[in-house]
Amino acid sequence: MGILFLNSGLYTTVQDMGRNGYQKSGFHVCGAMDRRSCLLANMLLDNSDNDAVLEFTMMGPKIRFTSNAIIAITGGNYSPTLNGNPVPMYQAVYTHKDDVLEFKFAADGNWGYVAFAGGLDVPMEMGSRSTDVKCKLGGYHGRKIENGDQIEFLANKTHLNNFSSRKLDVPNFTADVTEIRVVLGPQDDYFTRQGINTFLSTEYILTSQSDRMGYRLDGAYIEHNEKGSDIVSDGIALGSVQVPADGKPIIMLADRQTTGGYTKIATVISSDIPKLVQCKYGKKIKFKVISVQEAQALYRIELNEYDAIQNQICKSEPEKVASGNIIKRIVSIFKK
Amino acid sequence: MNNIYPRILPVGDSAVTVEFSDSISEEINRKIRIFYENISKENIKGITDVVPTFRSVLISYDPRLVLYRNLCKKLEKYLYMTSGKDDKKKRIVLIPVCYEGEYGPDLKFVAEHAGLSTEEVIEIHTSRDYLVYMLGFQPGFPYLGGLDERIFTPRLSVPRTLIRAGSVGIGGEQTGLYPLASPGGWQIIGTTPVKAYNPKKTPSIPYEAGDYIRFYPISKEKFSEIEQEEARGVYEFQVEIQDNLGV
Repeated sequence: MGILFLNSGLYTTVQDMGRNGYQKSGFHVCGAMDRRSCLLANMLLDNSDNDAVLEFTMMGPKIRFTSNAIIAITGGNYSPTLNGNPVPMYQAVYTHKDDVLEFKFAADGNWGYVAFAGGLDVPMEMGSRSTDVKCKLGGYHGRKIENGDQIEFLANKTHLNNFSSRKLDVPNFTADVTEIRVVLGPQDDYFTRQGINTFLSTEYILTSQSDRMGYRLDGAYIEHNEKGSDIVSDGIALGSVQVPADGKPIIMLADRQTTGGYTKIATVISSDIPKLVQCKYGKKIKFKVISVQEAQALYRIELNEYDAIQNQICKSEPEKVASGNIIKRIVSIFKK
Repeated sequence: MNNIYPRILPVGDSAVTVEFSDSISEEINRKIRIFYENISKENIKGITDVVPTFRSVLISYDPRLVLYRNLCKKLEKYLYMTSGKDDKKKRIVLIPVCYEGEYGPDLKFVAEHAGLSTEEVIEIHTSRDYLVYMLGFQPGFPYLGGLDERIFTPRLSVPRTLIRAGSVGIGGEQTGLYPLASPGGWQIIGTTPVKAYNPKKTPSIPYEAGDYIRFYPISKEKFSEIEQEEARGVYEFQVEIQDNLGV
């Protein structure tokens, strides 16, 4: 019971929340580019947070179901259709044996996700099902999906309770300029005051020389001071913004190398990685500095939001929560 | 004069870098190894990954489980510890290398550049134990220190699009080996038949930061022999443990 790829799409891989604990040996973390969309898709189906999903970009796959299933589609809008009819995103949807699910090009956003109730059955390697294409590790035989590939589900789940509660607002990624919040450093002391100002005041363009390893931006040149642009190689965190000698920022993402020798001016906060990666190539990005404390507070608010969503999905009545925004969102979800 | 090291800096909201220096040395590497061993032993709640590098340690954590300031407080006491678990021993992993003919396409160039014979280059390359400062770039790719300056050789001006897995090379002042095939600009002086990264084994990599690597020359016949042992899954790495007299 599972799926068959009639068309693989341009770059479709199996991902989960990443492979942690092995960076010291040179293994990439990988995992979903947009972890929020990946998580929400799994939550809608009562999957575990780390169940493997499909991630796709540029042109999505065409899939035939070899058994009945339940799916949730999140992330960028790839105009999904089921047997030729539009199928809603951000909600649980029943599918049947021989149904054909098709994704085209992104009308909005960059990375699309589809989760399957029960999770995808690919081997767990070093604690994760994420695909590391460079190391040929994990996912579907360590590579991107090709035409004719078949994947089974880990569990045969064809029914879920509270089906009408499994529905969330569909976000949009249409903004022309997206504000991305960062924490400065750790090599912000390698830049002039002017360099830092340039970094924070320019609307950078996301170039198409971008992929799962990192996003390359174009725009005003960021000036280093006499310390220069090179450092003794050290670790690269998710969201690290490297600035090599050419002065243009590169944001390091899921498939990034574990170590590198370019100065890092700032790090994108965890909560803004999803909206960053969903920017289409050609869109603009503007950076804003906040403190670690503020960033961590935002992260915790996001976690509370997930808890509220979890409660909403499991119970058929709205739960009393602290934040007014969450109440508004839950109320709007129940409007039919 | 104030020494700002060691220090902890935030790297976004989910990582910190613990810096011990801004330069490379065996002494700094030892401090990093001790720090890394001690915090690994402790299993601090919230830490998801630890990457020791030349002069710093990147620690990834989950802010749901520990906040920045609390993490710094927990890490502080480890910054000044001067001894760790395996401090007294030196672990040396022996790597067999065939330097002959097509196994070392750039050996002649390295020799000519150094004004030495190819035999002398091999002799120099195999006469030292190289400290593994860190792993990165690929699984099992070792950043080694201690290459003899007589055989420092600049990288290729035009990198190769594909270097065979197991290639042993020199790039500037560094030496090392490529566990996986990859594009690269190093001068390839030999090839090892062993798999420095073998996903079928546990551990998949035979060395880690703080270990040493020693290369030793083998014939083409021996190369084939070991290659077959690896293919059958029966090859075992030779490891020497020495008392660390420098401690």
